[in-house]
Amino acid sequence: MNSKFEGIVLENSEKIVEMWLEEIGTLRKENRTESISIDLYESTNREFVDVIFTSIKSHGSTNAVEEFSEKIINLGWPLSYITDGLQVFRRVTIDFILRQSERVDTEYISNVLSSVDEWVEPIIRILVNDYSGNWEHIVSLQRVALQELSAPLIPVIDGITIMPLVGTVDTDRAKLIMESLLQGVITHNSEVVLIDITGVPVVDTMVAHHLIQAAEAVRLIGAKCILVGIRPEIAQTIVNLGINLTDFPTKSTLKKGFLTALEITNRKVVNVKSSENDIEKLIESIQGE
Amino acid sequence: MEPQTSCVTIQKEWDIVGARHVARDMARSLGFSTVDQARIATAVSELARNIYLYAKKGQIYFDIIDSVDRKGMNIKVIDSGPGIEDIGEVMQDGFSTSGGLGAGLPGVKRLMDEFDIESEKGVGTVIYVKKWVR
Repeated sequence: MNSKFEGIVLENSEKIVEMWLEEIGTLRKENRTESISIDLYESTNREFVDVIFTSIKSHGSTNAVEEFSEKIINLGWPLSYITDGLQVFRRVTIDFILRQSERVDTEYISNVLSSVDEWVEPIIRILVNDYSGNWEHIVSLQRVALQELSAPLIPVIDGITIMPLVGTVDTDRAKLIMESLLQGVITHNSEVVLIDITGVPVVDTMVAHHLIQAAEAVRLIGAKCILVGIRPEIAQTIVNLGINLTDFPTKSTLKKGFLTALEITNRKVVNVKSSENDIEKLIESIQGE
Repeated sequence: MEPQTSCVTIQKEWDIVGARHVARDMARSLGFSTVDQARIATAVSELARNIYLYAKKGQIYFDIIDSVDRKGMNIKVIDSGPGIEDIGEVMQDGFSTSGGLGAGLPGVKRLMDEFDIESEKGVGTVIYVKKWVR
């Protein structure tokens, strides 16, 4: 029975392809492929329908389908193009087979349906799996990339380390901040750590809580934490929320925080050549002439 | 044209970020000052986090109030979580069941202009907050 339908479809492949192409052309608006040039769209349609027929002929060989799905993913076409395409193929083929048959009863129809499904389903499965697999891959890559950016620790000079925070602080990141902060204080032998929150969009009670905990942990291992980069609006929301940061030294900018850190470690910034000396020398040299 | 209302469902931790973005965008389009934008974003962040921590799932509705004499933003937070037994207790500074700072709800009340809370144990909690453009 199955091979009989296969025979019908393969013999009349040209007619079916024509019907399919016509239907898929009308779907352009719905499946968001309007921005694609007509030439590319038509040649891809041809390829798509070829892939379907190759798959039917070879009884479920997946090579051609996999190659095609890779191509569509690379082109960045929507998944709906593929599902629509196969749905249309199913409809067109069933329609065609039924019209070719002289005697049609319930059993016959159900046979036609099940054999067409057998052709189409494995293709849908492969394409959808490839598609979602590709997305999952991208998401996991981005998660790794985000993790790398998460909590960098920069040793600027002996004893002073800076941790700039950019973006939203969530529970996972808060943990990471704490870990790399403590780890960094030990490995860099820091006396002062500056946490810069210029790039943190919102400081709510959770973020504040994590920062306070991190500072407390840093204090326990014998270093000092200074919170820098508090923007005026963040300062106001912290006050409104009633968060107590009195045990936590804070500074408005990284520059001020750094100068304080130098003071704590008994150092200061000195110009190597003082400009006064330069002027005196200049005057002397003029007088000498 | 900005939509007059929008709704964000809170289910994952990252949904909190989404809710905050909607709140901030809406506040900016209404002409709130930078400080008030930060206040609204922080309040929404607190409320969304409460949903995530205690109720697991809930919705936040954002509405624009545009009447003749004043403009503002109306936020309604609904969850069907365990509810709050003693509202007086959670509105105290420093009260927390999760080991946090306990500044969430009283903080939201101070950040916003109007605050109302209804809760029934085992049914859920609804919180209404408003902020007026000054």
